[in-house]
Amino acid sequence: MKHLLILGAGTAGTMVANRMVRKLSLEEWDVTVVDPDTTHLYQPGLLFLPFGNHEESELVRARGTTLDDRVRWVQRPVLEIDGQARSVQLEGGDRLPFDLLVIASGSRIRPDLTEGLLGDAWQRSVFDFYTLDGAVKLRDALAKFRGGRVVINLVELPIKCPVAPLEFAFLADEFFKRRGIRDDVELTYVTPLDGAFTKPIASKRLGHLLQEKSVKVETEFAVGSVTDHEIVSFDERRVPFDLLVTIPTHSGAAFVERSGLGNELAFVPTDKHSLAAKGLENVFVVGDATDVPASKAGSVAHFEAETLIENLERAASGRELVSTFDGHANCFVETGNGKALLIDFNYDVEPLPGKYPLPGLGPFSLLEESKLNHQGKLAFRWIYWNGLLPGKPIPVPAQMSLAGKEQPAP
Amino acid sequence: MATKVYGGIAVEVDDEGFLKKATEWTPEVAKAIAVEVGIPALTDKHWKVLEFARQDTASSGQSPGPRRIVASAGVSMKELYELFPKGPGKLVARVAGVPKPKACL
Repeated sequence: MKHLLILGAGTAGTMVANRMVRKLSLEEWDVTVVDPDTTHLYQPGLLFLPFGNHEESELVRARGTTLDDRVRWVQRPVLEIDGQARSVQLEGGDRLPFDLLVIASGSRIRPDLTEGLLGDAWQRSVFDFYTLDGAVKLRDALAKFRGGRVVINLVELPIKCPVAPLEFAFLADEFFKRRGIRDDVELTYVTPLDGAFTKPIASKRLGHLLQEKSVKVETEFAVGSVTDHEIVSFDERRVPFDLLVTIPTHSGAAFVERSGLGNELAFVPTDKHSLAAKGLENVFVVGDATDVPASKAGSVAHFEAETLIENLERAASGRELVSTFDGHANCFVETGNGKALLIDFNYDVEPLPGKYPLPGLGPFSLLEESKLNHQGKLAFRWIYWNGLLPGKPIPVPAQMSLAGKEQPAP
Repeated sequence: MATKVYGGIAVEVDDEGFLKKATEWTPEVAKAIAVEVGIPALTDKHWKVLEFARQDTASSGQSPGPRRIVASAGVSMKELYELFPKGPGKLVARVAGVPKPKACL
């Protein structure tokens, strides 16, 4: 028997496992996922939860129910990967051999990497919303908040869902308006980049949103330390807060680091078109765990999976790999008041205006606010659980298309 | 698209002054861009950072952020901010002739 081993059963790992049991001959291959967590979290919901729009129970499902019966699930933490011996050491001693390995262990927040971030104010006036625990505690803090300075701070890139911090700012504006205290709240978005929007066309078309919503922007601010009332940059600038919503540094899994396979943040060097791990044979990487210059987002994991699945089949039969992944990402961006934008882009093409998925018809509008885009974002939760994770065909092409997009004049 | 002359060499730059073609970069170009962004003289430490940024971008396909520079170029974060004040990620990229670090939007 040959072994396909998948480390991590998040969005990417689950999708790939559920599809590979249908692709490989199960007489010859077994498909195993390793993940210590008993639940699967619908991460896009974490954006809405702090504003009281979702219950925790709506966002989690038992891990077992998300995996095909033919997938073997080993509910244990990984200690280390041994690429030479083609095996994975689990914590507690067991070793799992592999013929093909997929690293799908995602990214996680690392507040410990910023001085003072985990100080006395952590989860009292300093919150994250990238974990279920953080989002729930932030919801409770926001419900009690009576006014003052709210600072949303992106510590450094890359982060998961890079638009989420901006979406959070837009939804916070709506939330405080709805509660009738918007005039008592100062909202500031603090980013290490040189603007809230950094791509020229998006910047031109969307820059007005921040002014409309009275969100102040502090740019090129790299946080060196955090106290209980201010964030301080490496060049000694200070932004005071009453409530800090931090998006901490992200890193890959600890076992990636222990195995010596990661870059400076434990993301695995990966061929950006084939998804093969660089320098390791029969090892692939998918989703947030890679170092490819694409967004860390569920849609990216989905489009990567198309290339990865093809390459796993090819590797299983000793054929040459394809290099078809183009960096495609497709994200709804909530702008508040029941509206959202949609962006569709890849490694080479920045987000452009137009219609999606059908050229000229949509129904979704690219780089433009619409209520339908917002409905699309909400409907996606059903598609996620019932289509994407089980590995059913989703009628959007894996590679980005320029059809329906308005190209800028050269 | 525009052409600018840095250190006597005509190079193509984008709207924000970043080189469009990494191959047009020379140390002379770097010195002239540095002066334009407020770094009057490039020291050995500056050059170490710039060389790392160029090599890393060529091999990884993306411009390195501050953490990656600090991990590999032998300078501390504090030094990096002294060498390239305000926005080191962006300034290093601009002087090294590699693309501006960007988010997705």
